[in-house]
Amino acid sequence: MTRISLTVDGQQVVDDVEPRMLLVQYLRERLGKTGTVIGCDTSNCGACTVHLDGRSVKSCNVLAVQADGSEVTTIEGLASNGQLHPVQEAFRECHGLQCGFCTPGMIMQSVDLLEENPDPTEQEIRLGLEGNLCRCTGYHNIVRSVQAAAKGATS
Amino acid sequence: MTTTATEIGRDRRRKEDQRLITGRTRWTDNMTLPGMLHLAMVRSPFAHARITSIDTSAAAAAPNVVSVVTGAELGEEMGVLINAWPITPDQVAPVHTPMAVDRATFAGEIVAVVVARSAAAARDAAELVDVEYDELPAALDLKEAAADTVLAHPDLGTNKSAYWVFDSAAAGTGGDVEEAIGTARADGIVIEREYRQQRLIPAFMEPRSVVVDPTGEQLTVWSATQIPHILRFAMAATLGIPESKLRVIAPDVGGGFGGKLQTTPEEWLAVVLARRLGKPVKFTETRSESLISGHHGRDQWQKLTLAATKDGTVTGLKVELLADLGSHVSLVGGGVPVLGAFMFNAIYKFPAYHFACQTVLTNKTWTDAYRGAGRPEATFAIERLMDELAAELGVDPLVVREQNWIKHEEFPFTTVAGLEYDSGNYEAATARAKELFGYDELRAEQQRRRDADDPVQLGIGISTFTEMCGLAPSRVLGQLDYGAGGWEHASVRMLATGKVEVITGASAHGQGHETAFSQIVADRLGVAFEDVEVLHGDTQIAAKGLDTYGSRSLVVGGEALVRAADKVIEKARPIAAHLLEASVEDLEFSGGTFSVRGTDAGMAIGEIATAVFAAHNLPDGVEPSLDSDATYDPVNFSFPHGTHLCAVEVDTETGRVRMRSYVCVDDVGNIINPLIVAGQVHGGLVQGIAQALWEEAVYDDSGTLVSGSFVDYLLPTAADTISFEIDHTTTPSTTNTLGTKGVGEAGTIASTPAVVNAVVDAVRHLGVHDIAMPCTPERVWRAIHMSSSAEGADQ
Ligand code: FES
Ligand code: FES
Repeated sequence: MTRISLTVDGQQVVDDVEPRMLLVQYLRERLGKTGTVIGCDTSNCGACTVHLDGRSVKSCNVLAVQADGSEVTTIEGLASNGQLHPVQEAFRECHGLQCGFCTPGMIMQSVDLLEENPDPTEQEIRLGLEGNLCRCTGYHNIVRSVQAAAKGATS
Repeated sequence: MTTTATEIGRDRRRKEDQRLITGRTRWTDNMTLPGMLHLAMVRSPFAHARITSIDTSAAAAAPNVVSVVTGAELGEEMGVLINAWPITPDQVAPVHTPMAVDRATFAGEIVAVVVARSAAAARDAAELVDVEYDELPAALDLKEAAADTVLAHPDLGTNKSAYWVFDSAAAGTGGDVEEAIGTARADGIVIEREYRQQRLIPAFMEPRSVVVDPTGEQLTVWSATQIPHILRFAMAATLGIPESKLRVIAPDVGGGFGGKLQTTPEEWLAVVLARRLGKPVKFTETRSESLISGHHGRDQWQKLTLAATKDGTVTGLKVELLADLGSHVSLVGGGVPVLGAFMFNAIYKFPAYHFACQTVLTNKTWTDAYRGAGRPEATFAIERLMDELAAELGVDPLVVREQNWIKHEEFPFTTVAGLEYDSGNYEAATARAKELFGYDELRAEQQRRRDADDPVQLGIGISTFTEMCGLAPSRVLGQLDYGAGGWEHASVRMLATGKVEVITGASAHGQGHETAFSQIVADRLGVAFEDVEVLHGDTQIAAKGLDTYGSRSLVVGGEALVRAADKVIEKARPIAAHLLEASVEDLEFSGGTFSVRGTDAGMAIGEIATAVFAAHNLPDGVEPSLDSDATYDPVNFSFPHGTHLCAVEVDTETGRVRMRSYVCVDDVGNIINPLIVAGQVHGGLVQGIAQALWEEAVYDDSGTLVSGSFVDYLLPTAADTISFEIDHTTTPSTTNTLGTKGVGEAGTIASTPAVVNAVVDAVRHLGVHDIAMPCTPERVWRAIHMSSSAEGADQ
């Protein structure tokens, strides 16, 4: 067991974890942050995407111990004071989700993408989301959602 | 208060989304129960092997392990999985136990289960189960399996499961196909082709998961399933649990596409072990497990013979199919090709048709429904053939289609397959699609590139598809030997506060029922959209239902809802008359209010609900309830159609295909929520395009699934796809009140042939007439560069 101390969605947590425990397991099983989900076992799907110190990571690809001393934001911590994040809002507005399983990861990745590049072209959005799989939407409305969020932020 | 019909046709943002975009979702794998145990499966690495011994001692002794069981040990306790659609009375099918007993029949079949206090402990211990196998020859290649060269199940003596035939002459729906072909051979055109429908994997994003709680009187099963009701029935029928003692809940479910239209070994084993151990258990598959053991789709060889006159009028079609069932005949797997049988004639009105299908057992993962189920295969075949016929005639492929399709004034039209198409307008959809696409301009550009010998050639692909939705009239299902009916159930409950609770037997997993069904009921009852709550996916709440698949929820479930809502209004009418002190004849109901003709007196339905709840002042003999149920059995299928046009650029030097534009104009009848319809179309398109260009479940020579992870099974990403231009024409269905036709599968059905037609069209002038799916750069390159020596290129 290794002791870790980190901030998750604004709350300080201290825990003893097995060294092999993945960050996604830690979030789901220990903290009950079940908004972050697992879609694969090869780090291909991006469903588990969270922010680690402000940058998106696939939380199935990070050990919980590696998050020691860090700040983690999950989909559950994205809205602030009951206000949805503009990207969450845009996904709803543009019907950027159907079953919603990829959505937490998609939204977290999109937030990161827009922080890096506030005014992306369609192609830049598509490339920026390449690591996140969606089986429902055909990506069309996901791209629209990110465009809408960018437009809202820049206008 | 809303007025009449303001909700239907409105781009309502979805009610489901709040929880989904904030992570407040209830996926099955989120469930944790006190004392819950976890399962891990030990799976056969061999496609076909005798199990000589299983040593579970090391696993049983591992930390936190509670139990390790094998098929031999569980025996009859584990029950069997059912096949709900034996397509012929003499169908050959192996007994389908949830776990192998002495022989593993595909790589991925469960041979032992470890139960432990944590998922990690279960998985660790599963590694310690020592299974000895004697490898047996495996039946892997579909054609060879059909010839019985190697037997998938030696005890059955054959791999041939069922042979199913439809013949228009025998059925009295048309002429004799051999005669039509004979005539065409003498003085006409005969096109003969063989197409491969490669094996695909549904690959829903949420891995399947099941939690079973055996405490209390009832056994509660949470499952990531499309079919809670069917699952409950099947478990009750085979596990000796009274149906009333089983509650099945499908909480939030992350996609299905037919892949979760299944009764699975994992669900059976979870129930059996929870019952045996008296503790809650959970099993969640890994993605790799999902890909090797969740059912696959498609996997057919299609042998096609099309007869036509010299001027291009089609006179007959003969279809001979081989369909790979995999190792077992699963829930409806045997019936999938039969669903296609009625669609090969598509929108065309040729007079003679023959369909024959041989289903075949192999030592691969079992196949079953995948988005479209039988209809994409049929549509692909006929739409590819129409292009081939056009090429033979040297005319535009749209011309030959128009020459053969049913004209809008000919509806209702009874097809050569015996279905009655109620409505449609192929001319209108095609005209609109051509306009949006810039058809003539693109044809001109194509010519320029051909003339200039441009290394990048332009191809234009067409698909003028139709499909059958709204599965299904129960009587028809009975004639096809399906094990259940096709009705759907709905209830409308008027709550004391005047709000409305709607219960549907359909079970959504991404389709947006909570939103679209609220719109329907809000309109019908004249209440606010926000005041309607839709409940589904729990057999204790939605006691009756037949779940969601085959684009049936709206067409069948929506109609049930309309009828239940209408009954509420009729129950409210005498009460309204009584409260308003008027006669029933003087009342009219509009915009949610009963009013007395010619006066200002009126009462909203919500107010009547409150009065009914109090029940202080009701007419004599009237029950104090407005709640109503309806079970609706459709009278016919519905037949959405559309014209899809696709432009691709093919680099003749590398074989690379680049999607340039895609336009589709679908006629799905009246639309409840355009936003949701567009989403269904987009997602469907990409799944169909993926079959054309990228996806294939590949096995190696020993029967191991090579594409057994997301590294190798290539789901399209955002970077692979493009934005689509979609539009609609509307001919309402005449067989349901809302005039809807269903949209869940349209995109997938239409897009595969559109894309392959485009790829072939780009290089047809180079001598290519076919490229096998998926049209990878290698296959396209080979087709181009070998076309001079061989005809086309099949692989
Ligand atoms: S779960 Fe698929 S990338 Fe993390
Ligand atoms: S919305 Fe279902 S996987 Fe993306």
